[in-house]
Amino acid sequence: MPKKPEALATLESAGIHRAGRWLVRGVSMSVDAGEIVTLIGPNGSGKSTTAKMALGILKPDEGSVIRKTGLRVAYVPQKLSVDWTMPLTVSRFMRLTGHVSDDEANSAMSSTGISHLAGAEVRNLSGGEFQRVMLARAMARRPGLLVLDEPVQGVDFTGEIALYELIQRIRDEMNCGILLISHDLHVVMAATDRVICLNGHVCCSGTPTAVASSAEYKALFGARAASSLAVYEHHHDHTHLPDGRVRHADGTVTDHCHSEDGHHHDHDGHEHEPHGHNREAKHDA
Amino acid sequence: MLDDFFTRAILAGIGVALVTGPLGCFIVWRRLAYFGDTLSHAALLGVALAFLFEINITLAVFAVSACVSIALLLLQKRATLSADALLGLLAHSALALGLVALAFMTWVRMDLMGFLFGDILAVSKTDIAVIWLGGVVVLAILAAIWRPLFAATVNRELAEAEGMNPERANIIFMLLMAAVIAISMKIVGVLLITAMLIIPTAAARRFAAGPEQMAVLAAVIGAIAVIGGLFGSLEWDTPAGPSIVVAALCLFVLSILPVFSRAGAKPAGPDSGSPRAQKGARP
Repeated sequence: MPKKPEALATLESAGIHRAGRWLVRGVSMSVDAGEIVTLIGPNGSGKSTTAKMALGILKPDEGSVIRKTGLRVAYVPQKLSVDWTMPLTVSRFMRLTGHVSDDEANSAMSSTGISHLAGAEVRNLSGGEFQRVMLARAMARRPGLLVLDEPVQGVDFTGEIALYELIQRIRDEMNCGILLISHDLHVVMAATDRVICLNGHVCCSGTPTAVASSAEYKALFGARAASSLAVYEHHHDHTHLPDGRVRHADGTVTDHCHSEDGHHHDHDGHEHEPHGHNREAKHDA
Repeated sequence: MLDDFFTRAILAGIGVALVTGPLGCFIVWRRLAYFGDTLSHAALLGVALAFLFEINITLAVFAVSACVSIALLLLQKRATLSADALLGLLAHSALALGLVALAFMTWVRMDLMGFLFGDILAVSKTDIAVIWLGGVVVLAILAAIWRPLFAATVNRELAEAEGMNPERANIIFMLLMAAVIAISMKIVGVLLITAMLIIPTAAARRFAAGPEQMAVLAAVIGAIAVIGGLFGSLEWDTPAGPSIVVAALCLFVLSILPVFSRAGAKPAGPDSGSPRAQKGARP
């Protein structure tokens, strides 16, 4: 694999120590321009902590974090509550941390479908509306690095898919790096270039398929989650669908080999399938 | 014109109200009412120290309030006690220390009530100059840190991630608070300064469509309360400082009356109204 140009943010065995224990430790990762990196992991596995280190909100107690100089960051935090005493309209919220031109604000609001809410008070929005407002605000900043901490909370399933499509579009249009936090690999799979699975440390990382099929991921989320993910991925992989037997065989391959040869899924399905098949045959023999 | 004590009182009071309104917005948004109390109670210790070392009272009060704010910041980082317990500890120990220290200084003859409840009718031309000059400086600094301070009020981590340096804005804000306590102590007294920070702001909430608008409205409502309170005090021979606070309270009560809401009987409150009702209420 060729070495990439300067990353937007790089963590080098970074860790945070609080009240006698390591919240997260030994995290090495990077986000490049035009790349969507997803952090997954169970509750309390240090996803938000890792993202906050990448953002510079938390200083690592160990290791280092380097951000590209002059990097413009936009952050969608996991929780944001607006006190009722604060009169804050959506259009004022769009300009919370810096000047945003009317054009940019309007185009961000229309791509997230919230133009009609421009004059509404932020505290009166529903959960889904508010998530879109937060995304619009982040977009309007035209960031180099966009960090999204569970951006689909309170959004129903179809809305979730639409939001992830929007996140992909933001990446394509602005060529920004995106660090996404999710507890649900299921839905983000299609939208993600790289997945980092955390459980207090980097438990495994790679392409979505490689992670979903790795032994570490299964140990963390249970085999059922992993197998349902595999099926889901296959539904979306047109090279696998026409042939039921290949799919079935591939399912078994997933169980045995994918933690080592995750890279195979990066390649074109046509090259990959016979290869996997041969392997499977050898296993059986 | 400035030779009339009543005119001087009105000028001084308006000067204070114009500053406490915008700063009070942050006190209300950040739920720092008790912090305002703490600083103002600590002011009495400043008064005692001023007498002890024979220095300027305003300066001493500013110094003590600033020290208390910094102490609070440091103690909060250590997080041994909850924030409200810390505030209570600092507020009342500073107040008690001040009172005890004053009692020891038997050579000092002073009007304690004047410091507790203010003595707006006795302001001098110098006081007015201090209030207006200090007020302009405070407002200018507040305007300069407005965006980061407001962003940090909405969400500190968001502000920090997006390069707003909320920590610096917070420290500057605390020093501004100390300055406001120091220059407004004489007007309403240490026990009622928090009222001037909170009540006009609370009254402004109902009519404001944005944070900046709320700050301006709070300043205007505060100024109206000063004028109303002083005339009331003249008319009914009531103490001036408390009268101003009562006038502010009246304005607040007016602001929550359903009369102002076109949509009907929905008082302002934690679960008040739809955005439509809020907009309808805007003048």
